[in-house]
Amino acid sequence: MPQSPASTTAAAPRLVDQLKSGLDAPICLTWELTYACNLECVHCLSSSGRRDPRELTTAECKAVIDELHDLQVFYVNIGGGEPMVRRDFFELLDYSVSRGVGVKFSTNGYFIDAEKARRLTATDYIDVQISLDGADAATNDAVRGVGSYDAARTAMDHLAAAGFGPFKISVVVTRQNIPQLPAFEAIADSYGAQLRLTRLRPSGRGADVWNDLHPTNAQQRDLYRFLIDRPNILTGDSFFHLSALGESLPGLNLCGAGRVVCLIDPIGDVYACPFVLHDEFRAGSVRDRGGFTSVWRESELFVGLREPQSPGACASCGSYDACGGGCMAAKFFTGLPLDAPDPECVWGNADDLLAAVDPTTLPSNGPGHSKLPKIATSTAGPAVSTNVTLKPTRHRVVVSSS
Amino acid sequence: MFDPSRPYAVHPQVALRPEPFGALAYHYGNRRLVFLKHNALVALVRSLGDHPTVDAALDDAIGTGALSLRQRSSYLKALASLAASDVLCAREEL
Repeated sequence: MPQSPASTTAAAPRLVDQLKSGLDAPICLTWELTYACNLECVHCLSSSGRRDPRELTTAECKAVIDELHDLQVFYVNIGGGEPMVRRDFFELLDYSVSRGVGVKFSTNGYFIDAEKARRLTATDYIDVQISLDGADAATNDAVRGVGSYDAARTAMDHLAAAGFGPFKISVVVTRQNIPQLPAFEAIADSYGAQLRLTRLRPSGRGADVWNDLHPTNAQQRDLYRFLIDRPNILTGDSFFHLSALGESLPGLNLCGAGRVVCLIDPIGDVYACPFVLHDEFRAGSVRDRGGFTSVWRESELFVGLREPQSPGACASCGSYDACGGGCMAAKFFTGLPLDAPDPECVWGNADDLLAAVDPTTLPSNGPGHSKLPKIATSTAGPAVSTNVTLKPTRHRVVVSSS
Repeated sequence: MFDPSRPYAVHPQVALRPEPFGALAYHYGNRRLVFLKHNALVALVRSLGDHPTVDAALDDAIGTGALSLRQRSSYLKALASLAASDVLCAREEL
């Protein structure tokens, strides 16, 4: 996300108000290239695992990149699934860069060997984010799977050896790893890497582990002070709900869903943000007539999100201007109304509402692509890999979309 | 240091994207995104390359009525800030 606005002149509408009413094209676009993944992290936002047979073809992906070029989307955040499992990954990377659309991509690191690290180093306008959710193998692997810590560190070693420069280490902040923030900093420093911390969301499989993994309120306060003291740590603006605690965190401090950000999923569906892969927030498809541009500019969902939003239950709270009521996706998947306080409201204003939510009415967690249980006939139980020790808090039948 | 008596231009690695409120400037080198919050500022920035100095560009904008004399100092400050984030650069340095 952008740096703080640098150039301001006399009286004008606040920039955030202008951004809330939408831009002609997104600033920050996330594109999940595939639902296929060699891992099956317990908190995966996109419930990835299996490739979807309807995945966009190479030609379709290039057409999307052409559109992004025409819209002057300066860079795209590529994710998945694991984007590097696509055979055309480097072809799409090179094509995007050649069209002036820079690529930041997130990876678990398994496919970055010495040769790939050199190839990435040789390409301009590429940022690499290696996911790491624990500063030691035990903490990381409980969430991301056995062996994933070593794989991520090996990828970092290869990037450092190739002279890639400051790659990013991307950490989803959890109750378990918050005590390790200094250790994450030390790992990043040892590579000359940049630390990136993002918020756990109750989205995708994250809904199943939310109650066990999301930080406590006391931990949120520690995190806020940690971030205020370290404005150079990247956050993707994801902790803006913490700005209610006082001084605003760096960044735009607003929910950009459908206004300045959106998500394209592997089959071309366009959602309001990377954390709401759910029918209710599906705006259209890049395969529709008019392509991505029409979806962005004209879809009923996005046009609606650009209307002034009601502060609802937060209207009487003095912090509303600072936090904007928090994250739409976090509310939706925890069963709160969209004008309720964020489930992690630092003042605890959502606690009574959360306690009253009937768990049987929670929304489904979207177009799941979790790997099927080993016994194919099983219809009950979560499709989490057997090497994971965290128990899901809710059980859902996984419906195959293929 | 930013010196308005010298010629400036948009940095060659910067792209300007028009927006209803002004423009977004993206620097492909340092990956920074900067908001230009007024259309008049965008026009001024785009005109820098056609003027021998920053001062001349400002004077021209005031002469054509695009800016008022009172706005001169705030726009000069905005240009200095854009130069500090490498959205603008001195033309001799190109």
